[in-house]
Amino acid sequence: MTIVKYRKIFYTFSTILILASIFSIFFWGLNPSIDFAGGSLLDVSFTGDKPTNDEVSQVLKDLEFKDASVRSSGEGYIIRLKEISQTEKDSIVASLSLGGQYTPTEKTFSTIGPVLGKEALQKSLISIFLVLLAIVLFIAFAFRKVSRPISSWVYGIVTILALLHDVLVPTGIFAILGHFYGFEVDTLFVTALLVILGFSVHDTIVVFDRVRENLQKYESSGKKPARHDGESGGDFETIVGESINETFVRSINTSLTVLLAVLVLYIFGPETIKNFTLALLIGIFIGTYSSIFIGSTLLVTINNWKNK
Amino acid sequence: MAKYRFWAIIIVAIAVVLGFFVWNTQKADSARKFKLGLDLSGGTHLVYKADTSQIQSGDISSAMESLRDTIERRINLFGVSEPIIQVEQGGVFGSDNTEQRLIVELPGVTDVNEAIKRIGETPILEFKLLSKESEAKINAGDETIDATDSKGMFLETGLTGRMLQKASIQFDQNFAGKPIIGLKFNEEGSQLFAKITRENVGSVLGIFLDGNLVEAPYIREEISGGEAVITGDFTADGAKQVVRDLNYGALPMPISLISTETIGATLGDKAVDDSVKAGLYAFAVVALFLIIWYRFQGFVAVLALAIYTIINLVLFKLIPVTLTAAGIAGFILSIGMAVDANILIFERTKEELKKGKNRYDALKEGFHRAWSSIRDSNSSSIITAVILYYFASTPVIKGFALVFLIGVLVSMFSAITASRTILFALSKEE
Repeated sequence: MTIVKYRKIFYTFSTILILASIFSIFFWGLNPSIDFAGGSLLDVSFTGDKPTNDEVSQVLKDLEFKDASVRSSGEGYIIRLKEISQTEKDSIVASLSLGGQYTPTEKTFSTIGPVLGKEALQKSLISIFLVLLAIVLFIAFAFRKVSRPISSWVYGIVTILALLHDVLVPTGIFAILGHFYGFEVDTLFVTALLVILGFSVHDTIVVFDRVRENLQKYESSGKKPARHDGESGGDFETIVGESINETFVRSINTSLTVLLAVLVLYIFGPETIKNFTLALLIGIFIGTYSSIFIGSTLLVTINNWKNK
Repeated sequence: MAKYRFWAIIIVAIAVVLGFFVWNTQKADSARKFKLGLDLSGGTHLVYKADTSQIQSGDISSAMESLRDTIERRINLFGVSEPIIQVEQGGVFGSDNTEQRLIVELPGVTDVNEAIKRIGETPILEFKLLSKESEAKINAGDETIDATDSKGMFLETGLTGRMLQKASIQFDQNFAGKPIIGLKFNEEGSQLFAKITRENVGSVLGIFLDGNLVEAPYIREEISGGEAVITGDFTADGAKQVVRDLNYGALPMPISLISTETIGATLGDKAVDDSVKAGLYAFAVVALFLIIWYRFQGFVAVLALAIYTIINLVLFKLIPVTLTAAGIAGFILSIGMAVDANILIFERTKEELKKGKNRYDALKEGFHRAWSSIRDSNSSSIITAVILYYFASTPVIKGFALVFLIGVLVSMFSAITASRTILFALSKEE
């Protein structure tokens, strides 16, 4: 019962999280990668010594590439520019030896035209929207036999509220990381958000499934659930509280195995997908929290409003 | 009980065989090695935009097909192993912007400039005459015609695809409607063709496309009027393709490069090592957690997880799925998620045990009752994976979505079937 009883604390905490996320998204904005913005990205590594950031920037200035950003990465630099051609890229790599002083090697080079970038953005937004829509419809369908005390649509809408929470928080964190550490948001980040959406529903469904089962159980037996605390709140509140308690361990454990796998991936996995796994880690963590502490408790709150 | 034991042994035996298959097909020369994406194998990814403004809308798809074939032929000429060339429609659904694109993936090629040059070159349809000396040698059996004319056995005639007005498929009435190919030259071509055929009756005229010999018919008589037929040994489909090649011998439309990506091979090797390491560790950590928390049942879940892993790897090989760094990440993620079904079942079993049921009944009830939440929760992941796959903007994401989808589907199967059978086989009926 404790979680349902102290739900206001969790609501407050989540409201603060969401507001902080929205604030950082709007105040600092997200750094779109070339996936969305278009442009070129050149990753150069050096065998032996590598030039300083200033030297690299000077080379780019001398070759008259404006708006180039240079970021150090391990043995080399990641240079982001507006769209350049293969020949221009070759001249940059050649110039980076600074007259034979260093030995640059091109690790990766990508160029994405502005049309492709815009399209990737549209596709990303559409897929987020569709996943959310599909999940509401699915939940409303899966819980269609539950109509008392609240309709199955409420389950769907509550799920969406919890999901928005799960998507906003990692996005907010990436806005902060973007502002202070130059983290970029790319198509893989959006993929991570979608996976978070899909997974975070898992736990929500496990609790809802138990609520569904307990409602049927009490309805068929005609008995009222025993109150654990003697406080006001009514049967539904008790049933939801019971359901959360009964499924608490499995909600934690199912998320824990996924978190462990992703954590290992973050620590040992390839460099290129670090940001992707970081987004997954944050999102799955937040998703587990919201499924247990926000999703089901919102059912109780909505039911209480209805009864007023 | 005996029934479950029998099936448990069968399942484990199949898993062992499949595991051996996965291991055995990773040897150097196997055709069923894991397919690695460019980010892991190194190589070049190019996206071209095709300018279809000069082509009637009804012909666009066949023109794109021929563009694809033309470019594939050119790439094969410079010996890239397993290139991928795909036609893709751009734009987001619902918008009018249906840009036609061509995706070209060249594993192992990091010299992009050369590749781009070869692809963008205007291809040539050429008519060349087999020289008399070569013909004599061939007839004597000393030489054979080689398809790319690397030995210079053919002589230039000056007649090229530029002078072709149209090629069409026809059916030879004399030979039971055998498909033949009709050529129609323009004014300049007609005159040249007449001259060539007049002067070289009995010679072999080689038709070259992109430097490859397509056809080498004998000239039987002078051909005036600018029309000719090639009576090769064509099937209807073969003839259709040659006609398409002739009509669209040159790139059927201008193309422009809109995106390139080059990944160095060393970077890819490291990414493979890191991915494999992460996969092994993730499996170990999840396995450890299960055994510590659920003891005996956890051990069975780990066995089921191993079976799950093997089934996935076999599917990756058989479908085959192109694995990228993100795709492997998706697989590792799915290892963490695959055991969720087991956890739900075990927790439910615990509850039933507390209610005073015996082990066997509790287990039975556990599987039965947990099914609805397993089904519903996995459905949401399946929905996500399908939408992700359909709206993927890059092959990397498509690959991720596919791996993720396969993972979820297999996990529903293995958690229910494999662990259920093994658990029942190992528990006593009381």
